[in-house]
Amino acid sequence: MGGTGDGERSGANGQQNQPADGKELFRLGTARDDVELRRYHYRWPEQETRAERRARRHVLYWWALTVVAGLGAAVVYLVWPWEYVPPGGEGYVWYRLYTPVLGLCIGVALISFACGFIVLVKRFFPDEQAVQQRHDAEQSPAEDRATLAATAAEAANASQLRRRSVFTRAAGVSAGALGTGLGVTILGGVWQYPWETTGHDESTKDTLWHTGWAQDGDETVYLREDSGDVHEVTLLTPEDIAAPGLMAVVPFRESERDDPEALRKARERADNPATLLRLPPGTEVEPKAVREGMNVGDFYAYSRICTHLGCPVGMYEGRTDRLFCPCHQSMFDLRRHAEPIFGPAARPLPQLPIDLDESGYFIAKGDFTAPIGPSFWELEP
Amino acid sequence: MTGQRHSVSVKAGGRLFDFVDERFPSADTFRHQLNKVFQKHGSFLLGEVALYSFVVLLLSGTYLAWFFDPSMETVTYDGSYTMLHGIEMSRAYESSLDISFEVRGGLLARQIHHWAALVFVAAIVTHMGRIFFTGAFRKPRELNWVIGVLLLTLAIVEGFTGYSLPDDLLSGTGLRITSGIVMSIPVLGTWLHWIVFGGEFQGEEIIPRLFTIHILLLPGLLLALIGVHLGIVWYQKHTQWRGTVSRESNAVGVRVMPTFAAKSGSLFTAVTGILAAMGGLLQINPIWNYGPYKPSHVSAGSQPDWYLIWVDGAARIWPAWEIPVVDYRIPAAMWPTVVTPALLIGAALCYPWIDKLISNDHARHNQLQRPRDAPVRTAIGAMVIAFLLVLLASGVNDIIAHVFDISLDGLIWAGRIGIVFLPFAAYLLTYHVCRALQRDDRKVLEEGMETGIIRRYAHGHMVDIHQPLAISDGEAKPLQYSGTRVPKKANELGLAGKPVPGGLLRPDPPAKSESQRGEDGGES
Repeated sequence: MGGTGDGERSGANGQQNQPADGKELFRLGTARDDVELRRYHYRWPEQETRAERRARRHVLYWWALTVVAGLGAAVVYLVWPWEYVPPGGEGYVWYRLYTPVLGLCIGVALISFACGFIVLVKRFFPDEQAVQQRHDAEQSPAEDRATLAATAAEAANASQLRRRSVFTRAAGVSAGALGTGLGVTILGGVWQYPWETTGHDESTKDTLWHTGWAQDGDETVYLREDSGDVHEVTLLTPEDIAAPGLMAVVPFRESERDDPEALRKARERADNPATLLRLPPGTEVEPKAVREGMNVGDFYAYSRICTHLGCPVGMYEGRTDRLFCPCHQSMFDLRRHAEPIFGPAARPLPQLPIDLDESGYFIAKGDFTAPIGPSFWELEP
Repeated sequence: MTGQRHSVSVKAGGRLFDFVDERFPSADTFRHQLNKVFQKHGSFLLGEVALYSFVVLLLSGTYLAWFFDPSMETVTYDGSYTMLHGIEMSRAYESSLDISFEVRGGLLARQIHHWAALVFVAAIVTHMGRIFFTGAFRKPRELNWVIGVLLLTLAIVEGFTGYSLPDDLLSGTGLRITSGIVMSIPVLGTWLHWIVFGGEFQGEEIIPRLFTIHILLLPGLLLALIGVHLGIVWYQKHTQWRGTVSRESNAVGVRVMPTFAAKSGSLFTAVTGILAAMGGLLQINPIWNYGPYKPSHVSAGSQPDWYLIWVDGAARIWPAWEIPVVDYRIPAAMWPTVVTPALLIGAALCYPWIDKLISNDHARHNQLQRPRDAPVRTAIGAMVIAFLLVLLASGVNDIIAHVFDISLDGLIWAGRIGIVFLPFAAYLLTYHVCRALQRDDRKVLEEGMETGIIRRYAHGHMVDIHQPLAISDGEAKPLQYSGTRVPKKANELGLAGKPVPGGLLRPDPPAKSESQRGEDGGES
């Protein structure tokens, strides 16, 4: 009880409603919980001083701000013009300010409420320093531990599990079997065989080995510009790209012309995108026997998907004839058939063999020279 | 009047209390919780900030889920954002646009949710730093550290799944990279990819699956682990700094009721308010500018949310080393994106036991260490921070190169060289700074504080005058270091006095009695 005379005093004049023995019971409670109140002073033992009025105003000002901002949020939500207006349109500025003003009102309402409350705690709640004993022993008492161990051992003995170890083993085996059954059932629903052949004949396995450029029968595969309206087909001729320049292309077959679904799929398939490049005239590309006849003059086509982690390799450095991936900064040298020369990519971009048909449109002569995109385990080194 | 009303409410409260107590006789336990003593140091708020941003995430996320549709069905946009009219996109992206443009206040909810996610992870990381650098994870709190590391990991995965849902160009690029990361795992990679994505990238499965994981599975796990985490803190009680009253055997602070509860409630309100203001004022992830995901498109300067930039940075600076294994290959991308994060998380999980190996300290600790008093641990922490900062800087090196007009190739090499040397440099530097700070503390305890007074004697000799902290028999008495802050300036001992109480413009009239006590916090 001793040592906090101040608290006692204020208890007498500040808390008329508490029963006379309330303070004592409170002390008894803290003592039971092993809490010693080393410092426990009520603030403002003397009321209506200038300082106290100031502290009270401090709290109330914050909460007045809460009222203003809270009502403001409701008003802004209800009457502020919130519907989208394009830049430059009438009322664009008002629309742009809707979200900031609404967020600001809600934010200020909450923050000012918190500030008022914190001031209340700091200026009006008791100044307290409590010390509680932890009572955390190193371990449970030895007797408790011993009886617990004995209870567990008795359970093992009484259930005969320890004596007849066949039960334990059988239980283990059946639990394992049950787990296998459940595991197969759960995993079975999402399990897929990655090497399933679909679409093409057995010799050209689909999935990772092939893309939408794979020849299926004799139908010509054209290079179609990958931009603009998804249903509009733009085929390309050498005049369509200025040197040095590049264009994203996807495969197109005449049979797909009136099939919007197929036209869309060709652009959505993630392994289809290729880049048709026109190198500056006279660029010397290191000759490579296996790549002979895959280009048309200065025109080359490569997979657009980075062999590192699959981002589109869309940046062309015309001065040095390099392709650059903005995600992880792999660089591919176009003078050496898109070999990686810097950065984390380890494989060259697979090349798409191209040609011109009799009307002068670019066509693909087959699939890419290697699987496109990120490397994987089954890909031979 | 007020007295009557008061007694009515007291009676009602009494009846409610009896109702509960007749069914669950627990007055003793309940009172014990109200009287529980909590530590007061400001750094203990970081974990609370994480908790409260998680509450904001649950609330704002539930609101968003009413309007979001994870379907991958192709639709043609005709909403009010005119720039994308006629563009084909997934229903997921369209419904994200609808939240931003058709739902009144929906954009605010989206931005609050995104900011709360960033703050959530940031608060977890800084909270983890507090626990680490003060040795709060030591026995008996090792398991709660392990749960904390799991919470951080789950929070990052949860953040990533949310980031991926809108199916805009940026999030689709992130998923494309994730697909490549899954494929880079030896032997199992392709099979795992087919399980996760249901086929080749991108497929129609991934976004609906991520949605279920994001709104049900991971929040459920996070909630359960947060419950256990807090339960353990409650049961074991907080750690505390050393001090005049603080002992290994006690807890010093304020009781739950009223002060701690009121302060913590205010903190919750303040965190919510700050997140609401950020969500309104600071634009984040304007998906309408990016457009729908298209495998052939990407924009320069695409970065993930801050807590994953370091993985992206690691992927950038790791060299193109693909390892052949007979007829198979181990893709280079596995090392920075799978092995490095796994090793870091694994090391963090084991750290309490690594710390025991280093310090050979197996005792229980309720009192914290100052970082300088555990120089090896502090240096290890600095080493990890340096490692992550080099990766983080490499993750934004394209932006650094662009803004400061520096060669990008040069920055990649700087990252490659920096990742080898800077962590060691940080280790050595931190270790020696810790030791120097220890020496400085002990010097003050032995010789006293510097006073700034230099006395020059007639024969030219100059002496720097020190103020001893304790004097016995007129002599400076050396003090023992006790693991607490050592005052280094006279002001810290209160020698500079205190401000006079008063308003902004004039001081208060002299007090009639000692009534200013409330003003200056009281003195016992």
